[in-house]
Amino acid sequence: MSSTASTQTAQPVAPAARPGRFSWELLGVLPFFLFAFFFLILPTSFLIVGGFQDADGRFTLANIRDLFQPTILKAYWISIQVSAASSIGGAILGFFLAYAAISGGLPRWVRPTLLTFSGVASNFAGVPLAFAFLATLGRTGLVTVLLVSLFDFNIYRTGFNLLSFWGLALTYMYFQIPLMVLIMAPAIDGLKREWREAASNLGGSAVDYWRYVGLPVLWPTLVGTTLLLFANAFGAVATAYALTGSSLNIVTILLFAQIRGDVLHNQNLGYALALGMILITGLSNGVYIWLRARSERWLR
Amino acid sequence: MTRRILGSWLVILVGALYFFVPLLGTFEFSLRYRRGVYSFEAYRIVLGDPRFHATFLYSTVLALATIVVGILLVVPTAYWIQLRLPRLRPVVEFITLLPLVIPAIVIVFGYLRIYNSSSILPLTGSARATDVLLMFSYVTLAMPYMYRAVDAGLRAIDVRTLTEAAQSLGASWATILLRVILPNVQVAVLSGAFLTFAIVIGEFTMASLLDRPAFGPYLQLIGANRAYEPSALAVITFAITWSCMALIQVLGRRTPGVTAGAH
Repeated sequence: MSSTASTQTAQPVAPAARPGRFSWELLGVLPFFLFAFFFLILPTSFLIVGGFQDADGRFTLANIRDLFQPTILKAYWISIQVSAASSIGGAILGFFLAYAAISGGLPRWVRPTLLTFSGVASNFAGVPLAFAFLATLGRTGLVTVLLVSLFDFNIYRTGFNLLSFWGLALTYMYFQIPLMVLIMAPAIDGLKREWREAASNLGGSAVDYWRYVGLPVLWPTLVGTTLLLFANAFGAVATAYALTGSSLNIVTILLFAQIRGDVLHNQNLGYALALGMILITGLSNGVYIWLRARSERWLR
Repeated sequence: MTRRILGSWLVILVGALYFFVPLLGTFEFSLRYRRGVYSFEAYRIVLGDPRFHATFLYSTVLALATIVVGILLVVPTAYWIQLRLPRLRPVVEFITLLPLVIPAIVIVFGYLRIYNSSSILPLTGSARATDVLLMFSYVTLAMPYMYRAVDAGLRAIDVRTLTEAAQSLGASWATILLRVILPNVQVAVLSGAFLTFAIVIGEFTMASLLDRPAFGPYLQLIGANRAYEPSALAVITFAITWSCMALIQVLGRRTPGVTAGAH
């Protein structure tokens, strides 16, 4: 085992294991693959397969068809809307924050402060986050009360309700924005000063620079990260559950109720519900990874 | 030029308002327990609640177990991939990213179906076994962050030379991993560990569905039944998350080249 494997650089590695010959080196990663198989791949596959079976284990497409009943469709639709609103809103604000801190001509301490804070805030999710927003924008929350006493303005009279669609989207943005900042920061760093100078030397305005240089370089990261945020919000349970209980019918809450008590009265329909979620988060993450590979061409 | 700087400040100001007002709101709310005066009564009640102690201890122990198992799983794998099996790197990286792709609620749904009490491996059969299953589920949750932190740490050192040097001195594989590699990626491992702790300590979905007495479900229970205590708990939880992240930043700064690398 002490011989060197003679692959120092990026050269394609000589295949240590030819087909049909067992390579002892693979033993070293066996625990990892076993773990991944039993605690990631097997459970997920079970649900995927179960989505295509009836109660007796026979193949059927009935569960997939049943996903299109109004209640389930509506749950998916509200989830998609909340995720889209919070990811697009989070992406826009996150981008401007990162850009302002990095290229906005601000003092140098702004950037590390923002990045540190983003690292913390992107992990401040779940039940405590719901508490924080209830204490702030709930019916007796700080901001609600202050607005009434200072300006005689009751946000709840305008139809706003924290325990509803926009309330949830606004709350989700608390972890979406920092995540956007963390991922966009290196990309904005990658915009070279020379490009801007070259653009203005050639007589281009700031608009021209963004139209022909900035956005073409950044858009894969922008769109990709927005999709990542989308998947991030789509799979979230705890914040929504603690905030709205089960009053807002989003798909994760429905799945939660299904796991707890088979509210759909069909185990296999529950598996199909999970399958639909994997499909949506898998698709948006897949496009994210693809776009990310594209963007690495320019941003080194 | 000054217009641009003004615009930047404006953006930062809006961001700061959005992020700090809820924190302020939570803190203010947590002091309202007594009518008319601000007091720390809600904190006193929360910190004196035996369920708080029990669930917090439970989640802390679980987080520590998650960290240990996570390190034992990730460090040797990342090391071996770097040293001997670079052709498997894309596969392993893809697998470590899967927990970000598959929602946690779906993963735990699968566990409940596969490891239920009538299956071959009835991990949900007894409380102790369910604890182990919950710990494994947390290892999967933390894996994307743990793996990326450790992998970045390993790339920053010369794994091959260190290994060969140790081997020529007659070290066994266990010695190499424990006494040569691990100390060299200590900072990266600790970053991953603190992040894992921050994720696990208040986790709700998996603990709740596996029906274990963890801190996350306790938070939810208090939130559904009490008025001011939840805010006090949110402040406490935020302080924990904040200190974990602050420790990562401090560690990251001490060793240039190895950043927290959480996301």
